[in-house]
This record gives sequence, C-alpha cells and structure tokens, in this order.
Amino acid sequence: MTPPTSGGGKKLSLRDLANGEEGQITALPSSDGCAERLEALGLRAGKIVKKVSGMPFHGPVTLLLEGRQIAIGWRLSSAILVNPMKGRLLPHGRPGE
Amino acid sequence: MDGPESKKLLLIGNPNVGKSALFTRITGVHALSSNYPGTTVGFLEGWLRRKDETWRVIDVPGAYTLMPTNEAEEVAERMVNEGADVAIIVLDATALERNLFLAFQVMERQIPAVIALNMMDEARHKGIDIDAEKLEELLHVPVVSTVAVSGEGISRLLDRLPEARPVQDTPLSKEEKWTAIGKIIEEVQKVHHRHHTFLDKLEDASVDSFWGLLIGVAVIAGSFTAIRFVGEGLIDIFLDPLFERFWRPLAMGASKLLGGGGTLHDILVGRLFDGTIDFEQSFGLLTTGLYVPVVMVMPYVLSFYAVLSFLEDFGYLPRLAVSFDALLHKMGLHGFAIVPALLGLGCNVPGILATRVLDSPRERFIAATLISVAIPCASLQAMIIGTVGALGVRWVAVVYITLFLSWVILGRLLHALMPGFSPELIVEIPPYRIPSFKAMAFKLWLRISGFILEAIPLVLGGIFLISLLDVTGLTDLLSRMLAPVFRGLLGLPTEAAAPIFLGILRKDVALGMLGTLGLSPTQLVVATVTLAMTFPCIATFIVLWKELGGKRLLASLAIMIAAALTAGMAVRLVLSHSL
Repeated sequence: MTPPTSGGGKKLSLRDLANGEEGQITALPSSDGCAERLEALGLRAGKIVKKVSGMPFHGPVTLLLEGRQIAIGWRLSSAILVNPMKGRLLPHGRPGE
Repeated sequence: MDGPESKKLLLIGNPNVGKSALFTRITGVHALSSNYPGTTVGFLEGWLRRKDETWRVIDVPGAYTLMPTNEAEEVAERMVNEGADVAIIVLDATALERNLFLAFQVMERQIPAVIALNMMDEARHKGIDIDAEKLEELLHVPVVSTVAVSGEGISRLLDRLPEARPVQDTPLSKEEKWTAIGKIIEEVQKVHHRHHTFLDKLEDASVDSFWGLLIGVAVIAGSFTAIRFVGEGLIDIFLDPLFERFWRPLAMGASKLLGGGGTLHDILVGRLFDGTIDFEQSFGLLTTGLYVPVVMVMPYVLSFYAVLSFLEDFGYLPRLAVSFDALLHKMGLHGFAIVPALLGLGCNVPGILATRVLDSPRERFIAATLISVAIPCASLQAMIIGTVGALGVRWVAVVYITLFLSWVILGRLLHALMPGFSPELIVEIPPYRIPSFKAMAFKLWLRISGFILEAIPLVLGGIFLISLLDVTGLTDLLSRMLAPVFRGLLGLPTEAAAPIFLGILRKDVALGMLGTLGLSPTQLVVATVTLAMTFPCIATFIVLWKELGGKRLLASLAIMIAAALTAGMAVRLVLSHSL
C-alpha cells in the first residue's frame, strides 16, 4: 500500500488539487478527533480520490472516492496530503479527466 | 405483542443504505418511534409475523463504525452489544468496501447474521457487478441481493433468516479487517465503465462553487413556494369550507345553549362579533382553539414536512450543508447545522433535538439558541402569512429578512464572544435517489401525528389560560407592568404587551391576538418580530432546558430577550425613517 512516487511528484494537500484532478492520499491528520471519522468513511492512505469542487469563502472541498462524494471542511482538507496523478483510472473505472 | 416467544431482529447498516425502506417493507405500518434510554437518538421498532414466529424488529441508527464517532454510533454500538437473535446487515452494493467494515464489526460480536446486499439496481446502473454467491461463500453467512425500495428480494431474505449462524472467527485488528475486505472485494466485485447520467451531472453541479449556490437558492425558493401553494390550497379548498359548513352550526348551537354570554360561554365559545363566531378572533376553546391548530397551522405543517421529507430522501440535504458550510463556519458551526435549522422551520422542538448531531456543547448552545431566536416554526409562519400577509407581501418580507439577519448577526456575535472554535465538516454525500413513496408517506405520518398530539392540547391550554387571565384581571396588571418597555422602546400600545407575554404558550395564538388589536403596519411588524424572537413557546422551553441545562438555559433566554428588543427597536427605527 505504499504510494508510488511517480506522477506529480510534489506533495500537495487535497484543496490544492484542481477541480477534476486526481490524487493518491499519502497522509491523513492523525492527532485530530476527525481521523476515526475519515477512516470510517473509507479515506485511508493509498486511496485515490478526485477533487470535485471547492466552495467559495473557505467553504468545503468535495471529493469523489470510489464513486461516492464526500465533503470535507476547508481547514481539514489542507491536512489531507495527496500525490497528484494525471491520466490514471479510478478503481471504479471512471476515467480521470 | 412483546411476549417471551418474540425474537429480536436488528437492522444494521451505514447511513443512507435503504435501511428505513427495508424496515417499512418487512414490518408494515405499525411501528413505534422512541428514544434510546438516556439519549435523544431516536429509533424505530416494529413487528414481523412469519410462520409461527413473531419478531421484534429494531431499526438501529445508521453507523459507519462500531468504534463510535458520534452519539448515533454510540447507540448503535450499545444495541449491537445487547445482542439479538438475528441481525440483518444491510449493505449498500454501490459502496461495498466501506460497508463491509461495519459488517465485520457486527459479525465478530458473534451475532447470527444475514446480509441484505441492497441497492443492487443502482449498482448495476453504476456498472458495478457483485457476485453475491461468492460473497456468501467468503463471509460464511447468507447473502441476498435486494432492492428495498421496490421490495425485490425481501421475501427471499426473510426465508433465509433461519440459516443465520454466528461466525466462528477470531476478532481482527483494524488493519487486518481492511486487508481481508480488500481481498474479498477483488474476488467478488467487477467495475465497468459507463456514461454519466443526468443525476450524476446534477450531483456534481450541486456542490459546484457557482451552480451549487444557485441550486441552493432555487431549492429554498421553490420549497417555500410549494409549501405555501399546497398549504393555502388545503385551507381554502378543503379545511376552511369544511369548518364553516359543519363546525360553525354546531358551535353556534353551543353558543345558544350557553345563553350567548357569561364566563363559561367566554371560555368555550369566546366573544361574538355581530352576533356570530369569528373563528380567528373569538378565542374560545371550541372556536379559535380548534381553528388555529387544525385549519390555519396544520396544512402548512403538512406541506412543510412533505417537502422536507422529499429533499431528505432525494439526498439534497447534505449538499445544502456543503453550500452553507462557509457561512455557518463563521457562526461557530459547520454546514450540517443547516439541517436542525431547517427542521426548526417545521417545529423548533425537533430542530433543537437535532442539534444533538453537532459535536461540542458550544456548537449545540449556539445552534439551539439561534433556532429558538430566529427560526420561526411552521405554526408561527402560518400566522405571519395569515396576519402580516393581510397587509401585503412586502411586510412579510420585512419580517423574514429581519429574522434572517438576526440569525446571521447573532451567530457571528456568539462565535466571537464564546471561547472555542468552529469544527470541521465531514459528511458523506449519498447519490441522488428517487424516493420511495411508501417510506416518505410513513415518515410524514409520524411527523403529522406527532404535531397533532402535541399542538392541539397546547393550543387549547393556551387559550384556556388566556381566558383565565382575562377573567381574573391579571392581563391588565401584566400589560400595565410591561407597558413602559413596549411603549417606550418599541412604540407599541399597552394591549400588545399581553399577547407577546402569552407567546410563551403558543406563538401562533399570540400572533392571532395581535392581529385583533388594530395595529398600524409598522407596529404589527415590530410586534411580530419581537414576539417571534423573544421567549420560546412552552414546548421549546422544556426541550431547551433538557438539552442545555439550567445555567445555559438562562444565558440563552437572556440572549433571546436582548436580541428580540434590539431587533424590534431596529425595525421600528428603519421603518419609521423609510416611510
């Protein structure tokens, strides 16, 4: 389950991704009480997510994980680190844009 | 029905997997809604008769994990730990991996289980193939594909209840579970490419930074139009004629029988206008006491909950939470606090109870106080539309805009003044789904019967008390005591003090009384805003007390009174300068 280092190279947070861009999760907040909740929703290191949108005025970031949308507050979304991947397929077969 | 022979059946699953639809399918209409002891988490309980057996079916609150991350999950964990004869684990076939995590947690507690692989139709649409037989082989428990909304597979599922056995596996660690689940997924699930549908595009648009907000505004505006249209239709076409045609002769008969006057007549029938009853103004138990809850208020409550249930079951509410998160974050809350606020628009009591979904006491205090100050319930709104609306739509708009601004400003103030921080939103957004009519009708029935049982006795009690205060002369005394505040600060006549004070019992009744005083438009708007924002009605007061505790309740009440007087004065100033 180690994330590949190929792809974008530079590590970004979830909210830095462009809309429609995919990334593989490399790190999640660990100290926060949110960690359990994120994991229960299926967000774990190694998972590939696609950013769907970010709301204005520091609103939440919506991502797509295995065909399912999950919304995460703006501050928390900066603590989720991803490795951007271009042109990869999601596990559910939706093509990356 | 709960004899020694009845067996216990738990329905367990993640939120939004169709558990409630399955519950109504297998139990029919006779269900009990109750709170888990010591909590405000509600759950449904029903009965299933099958062959010679009676099953007590319990709809466990939706949970992602039995390592609780919120109160609903704590209740789910406790219910599972109490044990059962059989558990039906409901899995969403479109999100199998995450759903299996909960299934593993249930099965390792040695509860005999049967798995309902639900939403198989949706999975097929999404291009997800799941080999149910293979899954059964790997999990060692019966697995049945179902579509709860249409009833497909339900009888096969129930046929296999006797095959449920506890699985003799040693508990796995969290990591071991995810690894085991990963292997199962590889074996049973295949995903094909498929084209985006209209609903998919709508899903993306609903959380888009531009379209999402536009859709949010459109949904709210559309909902209010629909609620008013249906509510007014029910009143004008059905309930008001019904009351006029059948109830008026009976009430007039009672008036004659009581001699057309006297204390008992005043309490039961109330005042007569031109020798006849005015259902809105007579204020007797048999006249206004029934007319207000049944004719003026219930239609709006019904249409409100119909629209809300549709938005809920269609899957729009989490998206609304996304749209509102940025604003609510600045009020010390997160986006999901919009759901209790929306519920509060129906009745403040369930709205305040729903603040339990928020994590910290600070959030619950802010959210509950904001609801009781600035969110008018359907009863109050029905009377605002009936009373203030008689002056013209723009006066109604003034009331709503004032309440909305108070909500935002007070939220920002509380967030700035109270120590603590705004929590972060984490919410799963389920796909849009065409709701099951049966499940919606069932939920609507629970809510409406709750309203009828609660509101009618309170309205009757309120009107009875108003008559008593009137008869004993206490109303005059009270009005004279409060008059300086009302006259000096708000520019209202002395008589307006009593209705606003009586708003403690029922605000809809109080507003009805204000409507009979012949106030100027500005005075009526000021009085309405003050009434809406000040003291909560008695039912809300009790729930606030239970939820916040005595000390925080007092703080909340002080905030309410200060906010109501400030807003009332502000409206008076603005209106008197712009007219």
